[in-house]
Amino acid sequence: MTQNAENVLDHFELFRGPEYQQMLANKRALFENAHDPAEVERIREWAKTPEYREKNFAREELTINPAKACQPLGAVFASVGFESTLPFVHGSQGCVAYYRSHLSRHFKEPTSCVSSSMTEDAAVFGGLKNMIDGLANSYNMYKPKMIAVSTTCMAEVIGDDLNAFIKTSKEEGSVPAKFDVPFAHTPAFVGSHVTGYDNALKGIIEHFWDGKAGSEPKLERQPNKKINFIGGFDGYTVGNIREIKRIFELMGIEYTILADNSDVFDTPTDGEFRMYDGGTTLKDAANAINAKATVSMQQYCTEKTLPFIESHGQQVVAFNHPVGVSATDDFLMTLSRITGKSIPKGLEQERGRLVDAMADSSAHIHGKKFAIYGDPDLCYGLAGFLLELGAEPTHVLSTNGTKAWEEKMQALFASSQFGKDCHAYPGRDLWHMRSLLFTEPVDFLIGNTYGKYLERDTGTPLIRIGFPVFDRHHHHRYPVWGYQGGMNVLVKILDKIFEEIDKNTNVVGKTDYSFDIIR
Amino acid sequence: MSLASTQSVAEIKARNKQLIDEVLKVYPEKTAKRRAKHLNVHEVGKSDCGVKSNLKSIPGVMTIRGCAYAGSKGVVWGPIKDMIHISHGPVGCGQYSWGSRRNYYVGTTGIDTFGTMQFTSDFQEKDIVFGGDKKLVKVIDEIQDLFPLSRGITIQSECPIGLIGDDIEAVSRAKSKEYGGKTIVPVRCEGFRGVSQSLGHHIANDAVRDWVFDKITPEAERRFESTPYDVAIIGDYNIGGDAWSSRILLEEMGLRVIAQWSGDGSLAELEATPKAKLNILHCYRSMNYISRHMEEKFGIPWCEYNFFGPSKIADSLRKIASFFDDKIKEGAERVIAKYQPLMDAVIAKYRPRLEGKSVMLFVGGLRPRHVIGAYEDLGMEVVGTGYEFGHNDDYQRTAQHYVKDGTLIYDDVTGYEFERFVEKIQPDLVGSGIKEKYVFQKMGVPFRQMHSWDYSGPYHGYDGFAIFARDMDMAINSPIWKKTRAPWKDAPRPSLMAAE
Repeated sequence: MTQNAENVLDHFELFRGPEYQQMLANKRALFENAHDPAEVERIREWAKTPEYREKNFAREELTINPAKACQPLGAVFASVGFESTLPFVHGSQGCVAYYRSHLSRHFKEPTSCVSSSMTEDAAVFGGLKNMIDGLANSYNMYKPKMIAVSTTCMAEVIGDDLNAFIKTSKEEGSVPAKFDVPFAHTPAFVGSHVTGYDNALKGIIEHFWDGKAGSEPKLERQPNKKINFIGGFDGYTVGNIREIKRIFELMGIEYTILADNSDVFDTPTDGEFRMYDGGTTLKDAANAINAKATVSMQQYCTEKTLPFIESHGQQVVAFNHPVGVSATDDFLMTLSRITGKSIPKGLEQERGRLVDAMADSSAHIHGKKFAIYGDPDLCYGLAGFLLELGAEPTHVLSTNGTKAWEEKMQALFASSQFGKDCHAYPGRDLWHMRSLLFTEPVDFLIGNTYGKYLERDTGTPLIRIGFPVFDRHHHHRYPVWGYQGGMNVLVKILDKIFEEIDKNTNVVGKTDYSFDIIR
Repeated sequence: MSLASTQSVAEIKARNKQLIDEVLKVYPEKTAKRRAKHLNVHEVGKSDCGVKSNLKSIPGVMTIRGCAYAGSKGVVWGPIKDMIHISHGPVGCGQYSWGSRRNYYVGTTGIDTFGTMQFTSDFQEKDIVFGGDKKLVKVIDEIQDLFPLSRGITIQSECPIGLIGDDIEAVSRAKSKEYGGKTIVPVRCEGFRGVSQSLGHHIANDAVRDWVFDKITPEAERRFESTPYDVAIIGDYNIGGDAWSSRILLEEMGLRVIAQWSGDGSLAELEATPKAKLNILHCYRSMNYISRHMEEKFGIPWCEYNFFGPSKIADSLRKIASFFDDKIKEGAERVIAKYQPLMDAVIAKYRPRLEGKSVMLFVGGLRPRHVIGAYEDLGMEVVGTGYEFGHNDDYQRTAQHYVKDGTLIYDDVTGYEFERFVEKIQPDLVGSGIKEKYVFQKMGVPFRQMHSWDYSGPYHGYDGFAIFARDMDMAINSPIWKKTRAPWKDAPRPSLMAAE
């Protein structure tokens, strides 16, 4: 017997016992109709070859292990960033179960969101009744200050009109006429979660600025000195937004964070469940029209939102998930230029410390090859940082990256001698990445949790940066933006490099001459 | 010691009834009327729990339920490891269900096994407008080209497929013919069908019947010689290895498990199942349909069993053995005796730390009833339970075999109801899913995910019970629950104090 009460073995150990190993071998031999192990091995080797890569890259319709999710997830992510706001997804309920689980698995936090629970009858007759009842129920049960509506693919395919539905629901008394119900159409078959973030955020801002779906006069812009800040879809929102607030305060900038979900994804355990916590106040969302400028940290998360804001008379500026020295310099100098505030000594010191740290450590990173995958802005930010560390971001892959993103990435590579042999891969997935890693190996891989399969198959060590990170805890609390954030990313990369060196030199009496204690 | 165990049954019933009245007050009248049918206090001797079930969830409430796609791809088909399951439609459904059920398997992933991969046709706007059948044809060709060792393919329909009228059955038939009779299974499990994942289980079972059983080739039939002791495990998804810690007991008692459904399962095992002498059914909800079909069509009897906790395991082993000869009956006794010392040691270690603790459950499938026995083996009491997607026959089984008088019953509970119930009852432990976990932990209530075993497991079988007991102790008696209130605030609530 393998199990024992004194030292309970769970699955990690239990199934390695001889009884279980024998049982599994019997099952395979007798009942699974398994392929000959030699044949499995032959195909496994073939799947590593340039020939297989060619086949793999010739794929036109099949997607395997994509690094993207669908629009409504991004809409929910943006919506919970407003004060006491309940995201309401118009469509079938299973989707909402998935969004809530997905976000909870990453942040280890509750995610509150409802749906209109559309089923076959709604597919035939439309979901108006579901909207009328659903808004009334949500409003009564969860006492939100705002309900932000988005859609699933189902509601989009049958063509439900949110504007009209919400208007009718108000007439039917589901929620008071003045109650804020902004909306966005977020079909899952267009773009990805970053598109959904963009659409939902634009929908909310538009609601407040452009007369609340025709029920009030449009707001007149009365310019002030404030800066609006948009973080974009970001797995590090908890650490990043807080870091940005600190920087703004150090610089003495008056600001509004739009879709500030940093608190709702980080509520304390103290005996109380807070369904809503923090968030951009509805007043601030409305007043944001008066700001001098809006800064987006992620261009590809705000492709529609920024032009909308700009059309209301503000200056807008977009970054690409800035990580490292130059990207943070650029961010701070832009802030300084827009606001007229100088960059304080404290931040200059932080900059010097990051440069110091990079100088101390860059010898270990210089010339190393990296593969990166993730959302388009994150990929850009990380590649830029690697280039300034003297590393080569050899394969940069973004399933939701576009042709324009590819060109921008290639321009970044062209700007550095370390980018000479680097390539961007838009619209590709992690099975493409597998072929890249086998045929053009790199030293390290950077990406989300799903990269662990690539690490296992190709032996390329994985540095977990991205979304989702399900299998490591609390990374989202540490910023990756600003000089402090750059320091966190640097340490994460270095730790993995040193762990790998130790792992490769720890054989006693054989390789351990390099098992150094000083580096 | 929880509040529940310090009160009489009459007091508990009165309190629970009052609680139900309280939560209903928050709803609009029409909604309150509908929700009232799903909430009740169990009366001993009744044939069911007195609640309506398997009805549409109410729009705008926070239901915990999933959809038919989740039931088919996520639960039933997904764990068949040597087939490729296409999430046919937009990217999201496949992405969110990717690896999240922890169905363990052995195999070379990406070569002859595909359980932890995400295959999708990644619908774009043009596919909605022009239809996705041509795309599906190409997807299947590309799979055939890149994964020559896959034993078969299933097409798991997402919402748009049914809405735009794609003919995935025709595509499946044509491609199967083209690839020499390769098993290609269209599954109409669009998420808007039915009221929960439950219909997805049924649809998936029907797809096995129509597209696997009805097409079994002579070659598939001749794979092994039958014995009188061949059984199939039906409705175990091998979460954290559950089916393995179950299978080992069946084999030790002298039976031969010719198929596992569907955790660590293979197409060959599905095809072999009609040769079983007995189908033994763990998750009744998700797989009673195919068990009944095999009984009608092939004359294979089936019996339910419960492998949570030593009392139920022993009952179940004897029940399964009763279908066979003395050799197997003796085998069952031998297995029970063999593991008794382990069980005695586990209970001796953990029961003193868990005795008298109360639990509230809300889970799917069989768990809202099946795990009650395991808690009772540890001296714990389940004071509230309910099904995410149960039907009336689940509530009958619960009432007749599992719950005590006065237990609070909540079908398709809403987030609001569940929070209020837990707040008032203050159980020592809540067992539910990832969406509920952090809500209750914030409230300072110990919690275990009872879908995924909170990334632990297995929980089935004797080996699994040791892990179950350890995990419940770990959750309830973690020192962290003494720290939820800052020391400068009020003293911690006595009901949440850990046992010393």
